Amino acid sequence: MEKFTTLQSRAIPLNIENVDTDQIIPARFLKATDRKGFGDNVFRDWRYHKDGTVNADFVLNDSKYSGSILVAGDNFGCGSSREHAAWAITDFGFKVVVSSFFADIFKGNALNNGLLPVQVSPVFLSDLMQEIVSNPQTELVVDLEKQTISVKDSELSEDFEIDAYKKTCMINGYDDIDYLVNNKEQIEAFEAHKIY
Amino acid sequence: MSKTLFDKVWDSHVVSSIENGPQILYIDKHLIHEVTSPQAFNELEERGIPVFRPNQIVATADHNTPTLNQDQPIKDALSRNQLEQLSENCKKNNITLYELGHKYNGIVHVMAPELGVTQPGLTMVCGDSHTSTHGAFGAIAFGIGTSQVAQVFASQCLLLTKPKSLRVTVNGKLKNGVLPKDVILYIISKLGTNSGTGYFCEYAGNVFEDMSMEGRMTVCNMSIEMGARGGMIAPDETTFEYVKGREFAPEGDAFEKKVAYWKTLPTDDDATFDKEYSFDAEDIEPMITYGTNPGMGIKISESIPVDENPSFKKSLAYMNFEAGESLINKPINFVFIGSCTNSRIEDFRVAADYIKGKKKAENVTAWLVPGSKQVEAQIIEEGLKTIFDDAGFELRQPGCSACLAMNDDKIPQGEYCVSTSNRNFEGRQGQGSRTILASPLVAAATAVEGKIIDISKQLN
Repeated sequence: MEKFTTLQSRAIPLNIENVDTDQIIPARFLKATDRKGFGDNVFRDWRYHKDGTVNADFVLNDSKYSGSILVAGDNFGCGSSREHAAWAITDFGFKVVVSSFFADIFKGNALNNGLLPVQVSPVFLSDLMQEIVSNPQTELVVDLEKQTISVKDSELSEDFEIDAYKKTCMINGYDDIDYLVNNKEQIEAFEAHKIY
Repeated sequence: MSKTLFDKVWDSHVVSSIENGPQILYIDKHLIHEVTSPQAFNELEERGIPVFRPNQIVATADHNTPTLNQDQPIKDALSRNQLEQLSENCKKNNITLYELGHKYNGIVHVMAPELGVTQPGLTMVCGDSHTSTHGAFGAIAFGIGTSQVAQVFASQCLLLTKPKSLRVTVNGKLKNGVLPKDVILYIISKLGTNSGTGYFCEYAGNVFEDMSMEGRMTVCNMSIEMGARGGMIAPDETTFEYVKGREFAPEGDAFEKKVAYWKTLPTDDDATFDKEYSFDAEDIEPMITYGTNPGMGIKISESIPVDENPSFKKSLAYMNFEAGESLINKPINFVFIGSCTNSRIEDFRVAADYIKGKKKAENVTAWLVPGSKQVEAQIIEEGLKTIFDDAGFELRQPGCSACLAMNDDKIPQGEYCVSTSNRNFEGRQGQGSRTILASPLVAAATAVEGKIIDISKQLN
């Protein structure tokens, strides 16, 4: 997993609520057996019309916007547990997703792939969205160490919560397998004395 | 200290706790399928880590499998490759696999309970969000991502923070024609799609106590659709009866010992929950969805609400519905009875009971897809197939099928499908398709009429 400490970047506003993982990566693209290449099909049915032509109205196709931060509406990542959604978002180039609410499994999958889910208040999210839409050049600064997200050269800033263990993992680029495998003796001892 | 059902099962599986961090939770059963496991197997191989407890893993092929000609080689090269990889990975790692054609093959959340793999008091995971289904037995069961599949392969454990607890109580008498699917669609329509996020949900009250195991599975299956990681129902005599005698269930004294333990699991009377909701059974009617998430549901007799929220409007535009309109008399060309929510024998009995002596409408393509080979065999044994054949319904072979359309069973662009599955997301059943979620009874009635009808009026 790649390390994450701070990020300064422009952002893409995806002002839609309840974005489900079927939209992030439709089921028909889940037939691959590796983790790479899903970025080509991220938000596939919103990015392209059925005949394969580009949907100019969709924000990812709007050349005004760019950057490695996706600012999305409330309840992002609901639905299927497919980790392919996190792979597709990171493969496309995003390193941070901002929303006022994340679905549990998506949040876990993101953290396991070095993609930082930043949960902010609905008011801050709305301000952020407006700021980016009115000035697409707006840069955001995400500081994982300090747990803050700010609009550069502005007063607009908010703290965010993250599990302390997951924060350490992201900053150091560790993942859970190493930790678990190193605790095998303890797991075997548990198995020997299971009470149920 | 008083404990909830969830507390009791969770606490007995904690191997250790990291200070100010997550806990190591022991996993008893790991279910896998072809879509979310290949990358996990690859990762283990790359890191030189063996599978720790292969005999606690059960594999099946379901998401990609065709529902016609299962004895023939699979035409789609990518699907074929994924299924071949699953077979190779299971063989290499000594994992039991019920592949296509095996008498135990089926949707992971249908075949595991049928085989007695699912039991009260266990922790169970699968790289599939509908793993919440198994909570119907009083197990802690939840969906995980592929990185976590790899963690369980490597250690039979997961690093997790204990979720909060939520209880939804429904008491009273359900009206005629109101099925377990209507109960859960009603709950989600009232609470919304993120009300359960961060929580594990227990369903309590006489409505769930009186339900069959099939019904309880339908309810728990859709817990994820209100954001909860899982749903649970306290194990009782109905549960014990269901488990008894199944392939992997304990036998004789071992079974009795387990039952004695399972009886200790229900929530203590004075235990508290972080959040509680309660509903009256009398308020529930046959339900139907009109939008693009499972929370957008109404009683079939009601009209679509009016809401100025742009995401709500976008959703209605996708469905080509108007705020304020009724869905009654909407012509429907596709009906799908299947998926891990409603593809159990009880669902096909309900459908057959309604269909018997009637004919499918000319305009409708009606697919019946059993959840497993065992359900398929039961449908034939009980004579339901004859009823379906006579009525013009198409009984296909088991698999996830048109729930998520990873195989060839796709609903065409722009068409409406009344479906017993769990998700009405945009394009879920095929690019541009429009899904209306309902119970097997409403789906069967729609197929017969060729349009949505108010089933409650017909029944009363």
